[in-house]
Amino acid sequence: MTLQELFNNKKEALLNIYFTAGFPKLNSMPQILSALEEAGVDMVEIGMPYSDPLSDGPTIQESSAIAIKNGITTDLIFQQLEKSTSKIPKIMMGYFNAVFQYGIEKFCEKCKKAGIAGVILPDLPINIYQEKYQAIFEQYGLSIIFLVTPETSEERIRYIDKCSTSFIYAVSSSSTTGKETGMQAAKEYLNQLKKMNLNKPLMLGFNISKKEDFDFAATYTSGGIIGSAFIKHIKNSQNLPQDIKSFVQSIRPKN
Amino acid sequence: MKQTYQVNKNGFYGEYGGAFIPEMLYPNIKELQESYIAITASQEFQKELKQLLHDYVGRPTPLYFAKRLSEHYGAAIYLKREDLCHTGAHKINNALGQILLAKKLNKTRIIAETGAGQHGVATATACALMGMQCFVYMGAKDIKRQAPNVARMKMLGAEIIPVNSGSKTLKDATNEAIRDWINNPKNTHYIIGSVVGPHPYPDMVARFQSVISEEIKKQLNENPTHIIACIGGGSNAIGAFYHYLYNENVQLIGVEAAGKGIDTTDTAATLALGKQGVLHACMTTLLQTADGQVVEPYSISAGLDYPGIGPQHAHLHKTERVKYDNVTDKEALDAAHFLSKTEGIIPALESAHALAYLDKMQIEPTDKIIINLSGRGDKDLETLTKNL
Repeated sequence: MTLQELFNNKKEALLNIYFTAGFPKLNSMPQILSALEEAGVDMVEIGMPYSDPLSDGPTIQESSAIAIKNGITTDLIFQQLEKSTSKIPKIMMGYFNAVFQYGIEKFCEKCKKAGIAGVILPDLPINIYQEKYQAIFEQYGLSIIFLVTPETSEERIRYIDKCSTSFIYAVSSSSTTGKETGMQAAKEYLNQLKKMNLNKPLMLGFNISKKEDFDFAATYTSGGIIGSAFIKHIKNSQNLPQDIKSFVQSIRPKN
Repeated sequence: MKQTYQVNKNGFYGEYGGAFIPEMLYPNIKELQESYIAITASQEFQKELKQLLHDYVGRPTPLYFAKRLSEHYGAAIYLKREDLCHTGAHKINNALGQILLAKKLNKTRIIAETGAGQHGVATATACALMGMQCFVYMGAKDIKRQAPNVARMKMLGAEIIPVNSGSKTLKDATNEAIRDWINNPKNTHYIIGSVVGPHPYPDMVARFQSVISEEIKKQLNENPTHIIACIGGGSNAIGAFYHYLYNENVQLIGVEAAGKGIDTTDTAATLALGKQGVLHACMTTLLQTADGQVVEPYSISAGLDYPGIGPQHAHLHKTERVKYDNVTDKEALDAAHFLSKTEGIIPALESAHALAYLDKMQIEPTDKIIINLSGRGDKDLETLTKNL
């Protein structure tokens, strides 16, 4: 399923779960993917660990450091993806340096082969992307997802809307990931985003940790992205499939 | 086309530089990019900064002819005495410039990263002077090895935030300062201490440090043959090189910290061993694994213990305008002791790396060599005297 089909056919708020590849164990990814798919998650964001994740708070810093220590590499991530049978729409999230070292074209080619639908690189600015890399991403049919924040001007939000090809990642507050400060402060900003009637759908991320946050996200956007809370939940898991199921249930209970 | 060594309108030096920032920082960086030249070049700003540099910092710093050192090496050797600046190093030149800029931008809260603590002390000093709130991020490992500077910052009213992530040194202190800025985008200005980070920082900090070579030009009526400076991020070096970049008669030499040697993993010699990549929001050269994970550097000197380098230096290296070499911990320690006994000047461990290069270079009797003595060694006494 493409991202476009996912958004066009959605019946309820979309749940996107982020996890760090290579965490908690080096080879956890295939198991996590299957469990998330089984639990009915709509899409996943696969975190490529980086030693210096500037946009991330302590939880994802830690999961990234553990994954690197476990021995994860970009090549291993693709190998694990090729083995996975999960059909769930997948997005790669990482920092630009890892992709740059891997080689932009090789990365895009591998993404296409692994069935990756889109890429989030928070530290690759739009202008540099357009000038240097857009042609390559398009050649391999990869969507790139840009962020907007409460500090982004209306003019720039419209510009980002125009540059986006699948959805826009709305950051809930001016912060790094995993703050758990609640969503109420984002009300005004989300109302404004809603009023702008953007062409591309929005997904809300950062600091969503429980059902009420997710429900709040769903009232303003197409759905929510959960990362740090999920990472915390599986950090010491002895039974990944069961713990993942219970986490997803806690966010979006099945009737 | 004539080679250019300065930043272009997109924030790049050749292929290095740029602003690889997350969207959260876009408004802050855009504000700086659009205003830093207009504000800092204004007459009012220049007047205020010049007055502070003169009355408060004690500039111009002397260009001292080191007689006994010259006799030893058989050439004329001059020391640019940045160690005589108020707070003990060149870092104050930039901290004062940026705090004046922060005031013009109506910021009330200042954050900074620090390695050796010199930039932290300079920023804490500037904040005390201007009555601003000051938060300094410092690696837990550096807090231990630079205790005197930690005490000074506290005395000056700054809050020191220990960084326990990653290497627990300058790299991670910088990460945490950037994360703080993401979380406090409106009232906060981030005073970066070196010529690193997203555009316009490398250019802005270089401009504030360029006063070093501006003074050298007035103090020495002829061309020096060499200007030598140590390099971590590269702010004292760019300051000492700045007004000579287009004067090809002057050989510019940057000295990196080889740590225990560039054939070991305990090193911070970025240009000798690094590859192109993005760190702290700029494209530069950095120590990293094949997979793009940043490698934790090592140097006996906390101020040089950085896995990247300013993008302008990466460009000056690529274009071969500046010669970059490196010296080991031991060579730097020996040079620090030698200068202390020969000239009665105890240099910072960072600056000792530049001094140590004198033993590695071919010296002609007609040479006129300037060493940028970027800081004084009080903070390093424990390390310097360990084996006495």
